[in-house]
Amino acid sequence: MNGRDGTPFAITLGVGSSLANKTGSWRTERPVYRNALPPCNDACPAGENIQGWLYEAEGGDYEAAWRLLVADNPFPAIMGRVCYHPCQAACNRAHLDEAVGINAVERFLGDAALQAGWELPAPLPDTGRSVLIVGAGPSGLSAAHHLRRAGHRVVIREAGPLPGGMMRFGIPAYRLPRDVLDAEVGRLLGSGIELHLDDRVDDLMAASRGFDATFLAVGAHIGRRAYIPAGESAHILDAVGVLRDTADDQPPLLGRRVVVYGGGNTAMDAARTAKRLGAEEAIVVYRRTRDRMPAHDSEVAEALEEGVIMRWLSTIRHVDEGSMVVERMELDADGFPRPTGETEELAADSLVLALGQDVDLSLLDGVPDLEVVDGVVTVDDRMMTGHAGVFAGGDMVPSERTVTVAVGHGKQAARTIDAWLRGEEYRHAARPALADVTSLNTWYYTDAPASVRPTLDLVRRISTFDEVTLGLDEDTAVFEARRCLSCGNCFHCDNCFGVCPDNAVRKFAEGSGAGDNGRDYAFDLDYCKGCGLCVAECPSGAIDLVPEQI
Amino acid sequence: MTERLRFYQTGSFAVRNRLLPVVDASVQSDPGRANAITSGHRACQGCGEALGARYALDAAMRASGGRMVAVNATGCLEVFSTPYPETSWQIPWMHSLFGNAAAVASGVAAALRVTGRDDVRVVAQAGDGGTVDIGLGPLSGMFERNDDVLFICYDNEAYMNTGVQRSGATPPAARTMTTPAVGPHPGAPFGQGKDLPRIAMAHEIPYVATATVADLRDLEDKVTTAMSIRGARYLHVLVPCPLGWGSASRDTVRVARLATESGLFPVFEAHDGEVTSVTPIRRRVPVEDYLRIQKRYAHLFGEPPATGVIAHIQATADRNIRRYRIEEAPV
Repeated sequence: MNGRDGTPFAITLGVGSSLANKTGSWRTERPVYRNALPPCNDACPAGENIQGWLYEAEGGDYEAAWRLLVADNPFPAIMGRVCYHPCQAACNRAHLDEAVGINAVERFLGDAALQAGWELPAPLPDTGRSVLIVGAGPSGLSAAHHLRRAGHRVVIREAGPLPGGMMRFGIPAYRLPRDVLDAEVGRLLGSGIELHLDDRVDDLMAASRGFDATFLAVGAHIGRRAYIPAGESAHILDAVGVLRDTADDQPPLLGRRVVVYGGGNTAMDAARTAKRLGAEEAIVVYRRTRDRMPAHDSEVAEALEEGVIMRWLSTIRHVDEGSMVVERMELDADGFPRPTGETEELAADSLVLALGQDVDLSLLDGVPDLEVVDGVVTVDDRMMTGHAGVFAGGDMVPSERTVTVAVGHGKQAARTIDAWLRGEEYRHAARPALADVTSLNTWYYTDAPASVRPTLDLVRRISTFDEVTLGLDEDTAVFEARRCLSCGNCFHCDNCFGVCPDNAVRKFAEGSGAGDNGRDYAFDLDYCKGCGLCVAECPSGAIDLVPEQI
Repeated sequence: MTERLRFYQTGSFAVRNRLLPVVDASVQSDPGRANAITSGHRACQGCGEALGARYALDAAMRASGGRMVAVNATGCLEVFSTPYPETSWQIPWMHSLFGNAAAVASGVAAALRVTGRDDVRVVAQAGDGGTVDIGLGPLSGMFERNDDVLFICYDNEAYMNTGVQRSGATPPAARTMTTPAVGPHPGAPFGQGKDLPRIAMAHEIPYVATATVADLRDLEDKVTTAMSIRGARYLHVLVPCPLGWGSASRDTVRVARLATESGLFPVFEAHDGEVTSVTPIRRRVPVEDYLRIQKRYAHLFGEPPATGVIAHIQATADRNIRRYRIEEAPV
């Protein structure tokens, strides 16, 4: 029963769709997809895209996760054991329950890669440029990895008998098993890097002839001595030497009671190593309090678990055969330790000094324009020294002395050197805004407590150099990865597509990148009224609301 | 009720979980969803009702295989979606009067039955005014006759379309145009109003449920359950109204979430007059968290704050939690 013009009964105008009404004109603010910087990525000294590789691991694509990881850091299995994971200290999940166990997942991926034999990406075609790297520690190897991938010829000259630097001669095997170290270093060197062992560089200017750039990463291997009055037969060693000789299978004789002097990670490693070498007592003497110890909490905790005894607020006054005199300290109003004059005698067979390490800078003699301050080489924020074409990183430049920082230096230096070799100046990419916890809608994340890494029995810990902290099995590792909040980055939850009252979000196939800014979603600004619901309900804070230009 | 999935990042809280099989995906995550009400409608920014209607009807469309008629009472939903001669509805849809949606839907269902097309399902929808006040007579009749209709009430707690007048669903102390924030007892009075889900349950119809726009999976599951049942069914959906409630347009889902997390809006389902499941409160909040972000309660937070009134509202939430045993519900 239609009208003469075909319209339905009792209607004079044809039925039109509301799509004719472009409600986008109401908008005063518009939503924009963004990528904010997750706090883990922000905190990572090696510049890893942690949120990115966790995203891949969540879905079970471990190889994709590992590939993303090694684009920044060629040592996941090593990192998963020795990194002090500042990422976890920054993790937003700590505001919900506990930080994501990033380090454990990294180790899982690293071990999975070694087991499966995944290879690092092949180098780009040869550029004809060559770079000399002095030192095969974490920094030198990291730089070598990135420079070789970019297609440059890389020659490493290492003074020691084996590659690895402090990873081999400073970190005990119970934290980093040698088979893991050898496997990851070997895989890296397999990409056509020339390594010369037992090949100390004494004169840099001579050595760098014929190379287009030089990267220095000789580390800090000289144990710092302090003047302590000592009897003739006092048994005093330095911690770096103890660790190096132990790694070399020539453990020093320390006796039954060992005193370690110092409060850093090396002091903890030395005391724990002494225990494993048969010392009945290992006593750490440190002049300040625990909270002022430079050693990382986990190391102190593990040392205490293993029965290492701590004497805080103490200094050593005099050393003799079989005993030493220790003075009690107290903190003054400014928190500095000062002597009290109260002393006591401590029976001990040996004293291990762990008072820090110095850099052997003798190879730099005759290099012009190089600045050395407090025993370390000055570099700019792109790792170049004052001498053009000479770069430096790792423990020999001013910074925190950890493997991860060294790896980060190597990567940064490689980028700068790569630009330098092309006659360009490296510029840091703009850092996106930090995705802090207030930008998230944490309602959407399920409650999931952190998983715990198993550890070796205490008895076996203190009697062998077997690895202390064990890995996660696959189920637990995936669970842990899925605790990630994906801060600041889209993880395809469809909330924006779902919560729009105006149906103004378009969804494309996952991974197609067909939407806005390479996303899989796009805002239909013809209809978006700018209410901001998608922004408020985006779990990961990956949408911004920006004012319209009206 | 939605079974909560744990340990999959967002479980079933978000619209989709890429880590779960497609069969577990929500209707709203489907790019091919019906979009029963499409773009270009004239609802305010952040309208909870436009959102709730799409959530509910898209789920009903999937459950009915696209064979469905919707009957609409007068109200915001009808006004903003169908300014003549345009319509936002992409489904068979009809509107008659403010108060007769239930009666019209009963008639549609009867007509389909006598013409042998009772595979086509009927959904009626109205706001709280058209449901608890003006349309209550026809609705009660539809319940009593157990007509084969799913009636959905989108409850935004006042007559919003005509300028925010109090309805039988307006909560105590809320400011509306007809219950202004003046005098010794500002806002809507205590002790009045109608609890329609309980009225519906008293009819002992096969299925009664409540839901909100803050819990999509729960809402979709309830629509799907309702569509699997024949006879009179009632779904009461809380849909915050930025205009009438004085909340930010971006906070529509958040307000609804706080309504349930405070206990002020119990989320449950009932079969044949008996409560059979209750959605647990995940992170309980005081009612103040819910009230503070709405300007309709601003008069409660002046100098000095109306602590007595706030305590009274808190007591209502506490009673809901007791009445529906919400704290005993399995999380």
